[in-house]
Amino acid sequence: MTTEVGSETEVKKDSEQLGPDKAKDKPEEASETPVNQKSRETSSEEAQDSSSVPAPTSQSSPGSQKKEKASPESKGISRFLPPWLKKQKSYTLAEPKDETKKRTTGEEQVVEESEGQTSEGVAQPKKSLEEAAAENQHNVKANDKEEKHSVSSAETQPAKDGKETEVEKVAEEKEEKQEEKEKRETKEVQTVEIKTEIIPQKSPKKSKTVQCKVMLLDGTEYSCDLEKRAKGQVLFDKVCEHLNLLEKDYFGLVFYENSEQKNWLDSSKEIKRQIRSLPWIFTFNVKFYPPDPSQLTEDITRYFLCLQLRQDIASGRLPCSFVTHALLGSYTLQAELGDHDPEEHRSDYISEFQFAPNQTQEMEEKVAELHKTHRGLTPAQADSQFLENAKRLSMYGVDLHHAKDSEGVDIMLGVCANGLLIYKDRLRINRFAWPKILKISYKRSNFYIKVRPAELEQFESTIGFKLPNHRAAKRLWKVCVEHHTFFRLVSPEQPPKAKFLTLGSKFRYSGRTQAQTRQASNLIDRPAPYFERTSSKRVSRSLDGAPTGISDQSLLRGLPTTGGQAAGDKILDIEAAGQAKLKEGGEEEDGSPVKTPQLELTQDGKSNSLRVEGENIYVRHSNLMLEDLDKTQDDLLKHQASISELKRNFMESTPEPRPNEWEKRRITPLSLQTQGKKGDHIFQVKTLPGKEKQWTAMPWIAGAKPEETDKRHASRTEGPCTGVSDADKSSHETLDIVEEKKQAEVGIEETLVVDETNKGKMQVATDAGEACKVEHLSKKDSSSLPSDSSSSSSSSESEDEEVGEYQPHHRAIEEVIREEQEEEEDVKRKEHEEKIQHVEATAEGSKLSVPVEHTQVTTEDLVQENAVTIATEEKNLSEEIKQDLGEEKEEEQLRLNGDVSHVDIDVAPQIICCSEPPVVKTEMVTISDATQRTEISTKEVPIVQTETKTITYESPQFDGSAAGNAGVLLSAQTITSESISTTTTTHITKMVKGGVSETRIEKRIVITGDADIDHDEALAQAIKEAKEQHPDMSVTRVVVHKETELAEEDEE
Amino acid sequence: CRQALRSAAGPEVDFARAEREYQLYVGVLRGKLGLQVLELPADESLPDCVFVEDVAVVCEETALLTRPGAPSRRKEVEAMKKVLESLNLNIVEMVDENATLDGGDVLFTGREFFVGLSRRTNQRGAEILADTFKDYAVSTVPVHDALHLKSFCSMAGPNLIAIGSSEAAQKALKTMQQMSDHRYDKLTVPDDAAANCVYLNIPNKGHVLLHRAPEEYPESAKVFEKLKDHMLIPIANTELEKVDGALTCCSVLINKTSEL
Repeated sequence: MTTEVGSETEVKKDSEQLGPDKAKDKPEEASETPVNQKSRETSSEEAQDSSSVPAPTSQSSPGSQKKEKASPESKGISRFLPPWLKKQKSYTLAEPKDETKKRTTGEEQVVEESEGQTSEGVAQPKKSLEEAAAENQHNVKANDKEEKHSVSSAETQPAKDGKETEVEKVAEEKEEKQEEKEKRETKEVQTVEIKTEIIPQKSPKKSKTVQCKVMLLDGTEYSCDLEKRAKGQVLFDKVCEHLNLLEKDYFGLVFYENSEQKNWLDSSKEIKRQIRSLPWIFTFNVKFYPPDPSQLTEDITRYFLCLQLRQDIASGRLPCSFVTHALLGSYTLQAELGDHDPEEHRSDYISEFQFAPNQTQEMEEKVAELHKTHRGLTPAQADSQFLENAKRLSMYGVDLHHAKDSEGVDIMLGVCANGLLIYKDRLRINRFAWPKILKISYKRSNFYIKVRPAELEQFESTIGFKLPNHRAAKRLWKVCVEHHTFFRLVSPEQPPKAKFLTLGSKFRYSGRTQAQTRQASNLIDRPAPYFERTSSKRVSRSLDGAPTGISDQSLLRGLPTTGGQAAGDKILDIEAAGQAKLKEGGEEEDGSPVKTPQLELTQDGKSNSLRVEGENIYVRHSNLMLEDLDKTQDDLLKHQASISELKRNFMESTPEPRPNEWEKRRITPLSLQTQGKKGDHIFQVKTLPGKEKQWTAMPWIAGAKPEETDKRHASRTEGPCTGVSDADKSSHETLDIVEEKKQAEVGIEETLVVDETNKGKMQVATDAGEACKVEHLSKKDSSSLPSDSSSSSSSSESEDEEVGEYQPHHRAIEEVIREEQEEEEDVKRKEHEEKIQHVEATAEGSKLSVPVEHTQVTTEDLVQENAVTIATEEKNLSEEIKQDLGEEKEEEQLRLNGDVSHVDIDVAPQIICCSEPPVVKTEMVTISDATQRTEISTKEVPIVQTETKTITYESPQFDGSAAGNAGVLLSAQTITSESISTTTTTHITKMVKGGVSETRIEKRIVITGDADIDHDEALAQAIKEAKEQHPDMSVTRVVVHKETELAEEDEE
Repeated sequence: CRQALRSAAGPEVDFARAEREYQLYVGVLRGKLGLQVLELPADESLPDCVFVEDVAVVCEETALLTRPGAPSRRKEVEAMKKVLESLNLNIVEMVDENATLDGGDVLFTGREFFVGLSRRTNQRGAEILADTFKDYAVSTVPVHDALHLKSFCSMAGPNLIAIGSSEAAQKALKTMQQMSDHRYDKLTVPDDAAANCVYLNIPNKGHVLLHRAPEEYPESAKVFEKLKDHMLIPIANTELEKVDGALTCCSVLINKTSEL
């Protein structure tokens, strides 16, 4: 039986349990058993009746059918509907006992009632019977679901059931057993009491709650019972509710593996898939440190942030100077103790607090001294001051990870809101802002970032770091993905794209971004919640005790984890698979494993392939990923599930002979040709020489073993248990696959170019994305053959190539598109995120258009089209897959082979490089401006005298481009977005001048904030980012309009 | 208030002229700007002792006494130590014998430190600086073709870095820009030496900038003159420049009132 939710399953269990009990009981209670037997033999009619009864109920609610069956049986009323006869017959046997007559009457009534009640009614009869008979609270406890239903049923049919039910129950149970043959071995039942005993047994099975403990920031412990299959989100929500915390997106739950590895609980996954061992102990921590805590909406949120920082500081994770320790400590005292009271606060009152890892008498004296100066500050104000000082610390919000650079030198990688920081000892030796990072990936224990070319450089570079182990690499990667998503991305604006383009590793940040959470928190409309500031003494004590979660993660990271590192990914995958199954078959847990696997396969797609390789890539810019989470989580899970299977298959499959060198040659030349124009690409090809030869092999292999994979899939579907074993296997994978992957990648890269061009053509022909879809569909339909996709204009090569290659192409294409989209997104980002106050950027010759050969079409359009086509292709593929299982597998494997992730990157650069206009240096800035004074009232303060400055920075080029405005206007759009501290209005104009398309982006960014410093910083950062993000675009004009309150001007 | 510390001049220079320039320098700080200037006693055995900047890095309440890269200058620290102790600063001494650090390689922007890794300053020295000033990020910047990081750059405003035009200077600037979470404005001057200026933010006087005189670097001076919000004070430094001395080298700015 597959999973049908609570009530049914419970019922079954009950019945089952009861059944065995009865069986056992029979020997014990001779009188009853004979009756039952008699009933079986004699009362075939009754059985029929019972069967008939359940039918009506079943109609009402399909899910409840089983229950219904059970209930009707017991009731013996069912005479109406024949279909159930078979099962019911067995039921009837049990029923016939003494009470059969009564039952028929009374039960019938009951049944009728239940029917009248609709679906609920159906469920209820059984419950009512059970409850009435047993009248056991135990039952209720045991089965939550049952409880609810049962309660209602009990209420409805209290008197009737009473006597009858007891006997009936037994009978029913027995019947059920017989019917279902699901035999759980419970012994001794028939009496009500016995039943009760049975029930508790049942309860553990279904309700399956697990106790969770969560260490809170104030040092207290929160515990609750969770359903075993609960997702992380459930627990997290409970904790936040307990804390009365609304702005919860900054926080997360941490658990430790092997008591040393710190992991963030993924709220979108089941807890049990993430934390393998009991007990479930978590710590509640700040996950994303808001760069500007003053922008948090509620004091309570700031309070928790303060608590976290106090821990960080006291543990030494957040280094501070002596003075800062003292200052922060004094604010802590003010917040927790209020004004300094010479009477109450003697010299030693401070020593109970821990402000610093190494707290000295001198420091305490300084703290006390400063505490006196804070007189009058409310706790909330003191917290705010605390945060204002803490946020400036250089290591604020930096998540450190041990690593080694390419030369084996120990370094630390710090992930923060702005990007990735590289430390050697305590010195910052490099920094990669998010805008500078094109891709983040990890492979085994290596972590890679791909960065944009520097100003004078032509090529992107990939920088690799060696992490202590695979898991550490993955952790780092995840943290990077999450931070980038949270801090850099605004809300996704183009959901449709997102769906299609879901690629990369399975993992994505599933929460809200900072921008989103701010928006949401703006809507918070509640009186400031009351909360009690517990003394940080507790915190400090907990620190001493080295409770979970407080220990310095960076230190922990260093510890090598033996074995299973490689398997890490896979394990996760397996988990995912399990989830997918659950989701799909919410109803069919136990049952039909076969179905689920197929479904999974069809839906898998790219992510699977990526994962299989064990390489995970996260392409920044991809807002899409966020969207994907929301919409297609199930799909993702399914994908993951299938992935693990695929991996196995892949691994297990014996290596096939290499593909024809022939085809290789064919392929490579094409790519080269196409790429030849694009300098970058050629470069890449050169770098990868050794691999080219082998790459083609992969697709072949995949193709050859579809059947095997199918079988395996079927077997796998069985469940989580197998998953574990998979993990083990997966570790082996890495070894085998490594080479293959590389090969595959290489091959893909080459082919990608071709595809791309094809697509471009196709798009041109069809212009509309939909049209493309149609084509693809038709192709797919017509041909189960793999070679369909890019077909129309595609080169003959692709057709000739076998199935395996085909998909990689697709993928490659997809990825390429992604990259393009990323580029687009960059543009968008600029719009949203850049804080430049008026920035006009002109792109000469859009990147996208050039590669595609559409000069007239705007880049965005092209990209969109591409995306659409890709998506459609994928869909088609999946459909095809459904049709031919064998093929499906093949394709999937192909996908697997084509670990395109790397590929895309490479491809994208090519495109970009080719089309990139020369980088214009905008740095030559002339400050030409005048200071005007006007009176302006700001929002917050009714009447404030302000100073307004307008400064215009213009690059020399601007004139030229502006002057040439004679072009044709292609499109114009205005986008307004709000993010963190800025409101951005972006106006995009696309012009065509003499065959060259020009995209002009004008952004109006309003930065609001308290401190002057922040403004400058924000502006500077925005400009910087703009440059970094769009090396191909030039900033031609920056107009800064600055309004400051005169009163505040004193500061500096 | 700020105090400029100094000692005697170096050799092979027009000592008289150097003395005049130095007096002007001190006069500006003390007389025109109203700063309290503590002068270290000159020590003829320490020819470089005029460049007090190299032996101490002072930030807020903490002073780091360095271990100068040139062994002949190590003794200069002692005189500095006495004065700083008299100011009640938290003093940290660089005792690690593997560490070297010249203050001329330390650029404090107000938000973070950049430490030039030069012939005079090594990684270990930078680490100790990072340990001393834990609140701030300390980023290292390779320095080539120049004595010190500040041989071609300095702060010219709260968020403004004056930078020379040489390749070395521009390269260093790029490094700093990449390493920083903050975005600094830059003021590019044609002459590296002129990029070393002394910025002061003095109550009631606002932004004050001591920069090289137009007679020395006319083109660079023009650039400085575009800074409308600054009180600009040209100062000649022709003689000390002969011994690699820049404007910042001759003082350590301390934001503290002396009780002396």
